[in-house]
Amino acid sequence: MVNGKRTLIIIPALNESGSIADVVGEVRGELPGVDVLVVDDGSTDRTADVAAAAGARVAKLPYNLGVGGAMRLGYRYARDNNYDVAIQIDADGQHDPRYVPKLVDLLDDNDLVIGARFAGEGDYNVRGPRRWAMVMLSAVLSRVARTKLTDTTSGFRAANRRVIEMFAGWYPAEYLGDTVETLVHTARRGFRIRQVPVAMRKRMAGTPSHSPAKAMIYLGRAFAVLTLALIRR
Amino acid sequence: MKLTLVTGLTGLLLLGTIVELLRRRQLREKYGMLWLAVLIIVIPLSLFPRLLDNVAELLGVASGVSLVLFLGIVFLLLVCVHLSWEVSALEEETRTLAEDFALLRAQIDADRAARDELVSTDG
Repeated sequence: MVNGKRTLIIIPALNESGSIADVVGEVRGELPGVDVLVVDDGSTDRTADVAAAAGARVAKLPYNLGVGGAMRLGYRYARDNNYDVAIQIDADGQHDPRYVPKLVDLLDDNDLVIGARFAGEGDYNVRGPRRWAMVMLSAVLSRVARTKLTDTTSGFRAANRRVIEMFAGWYPAEYLGDTVETLVHTARRGFRIRQVPVAMRKRMAGTPSHSPAKAMIYLGRAFAVLTLALIRR
Repeated sequence: MKLTLVTGLTGLLLLGTIVELLRRRQLREKYGMLWLAVLIIVIPLSLFPRLLDNVAELLGVASGVSLVLFLGIVFLLLVCVHLSWEVSALEEETRTLAEDFALLRAQIDADRAARDELVSTDG
């Protein structure tokens, strides 16, 4: 329970046995009375066992579906088990669970709340094509959602019952679909989206990529995904 | 004459292959019928390549053979698109199955854990 609401924390994880126990432990420590579901997206390491030992419920996919696939499973679980709120956080430990009550508070007046980097709190810097992609995405998506969105690819989100219901039936498995396309889809259906500034931490394990070529490809794909999302119904 | 022999024999060989695949139930009817229909059009053309010359002239194409080539490429492109579409549908189906499977496994694990706890507190 967070603020009297049955809350499920969904953590999609792929080969995160190094950090998942700490993340689950921290969430359970900071938020007693909240259920944690780790969706193991076809890991080849012991992610599922480690997460279960740390006290999470585990849904293990037989093969890798991508973040979007893992998330739809999480939302189906939330719907089937009658949760009021579903919160998605990353398995690498960059999201601080102490912000969860803040996100849940905002769900009183909103349907989807996004925990956003670069919105005042914490320090997080990107440059080059990756930066351009983020600027483009936030400019367009802010217009579509009629609210200021600065970190559209954030994997830190809280959804209420109505959005859980929608995501359980529809959630794209494609690249960037889990963030960009879901935002367009949600905004177009009249749901209220809101972002809150959160400080991000260094990842507990794993490293982000910094190659310029990859950043350019990222920009191109982001543009393609955004265009497709906008011309879809 | 030699060319007609080569193309005609190729057409017949393909026809035989499709029929054999259908007979062994290796090919779903909906695809088998499509290829049979194609071959029924293609085999007469392979035996008499000038058959389409009149139609070609009507459309401003220099020879019937070029027209067949053009239509063949368009048709193959459409088939490829159709197959991509089928694969997309299949991926969506397997994705749903994978999710169902994971949900069921989670449910079984939860039930087993609850039962073990019950047994250990009773015992």
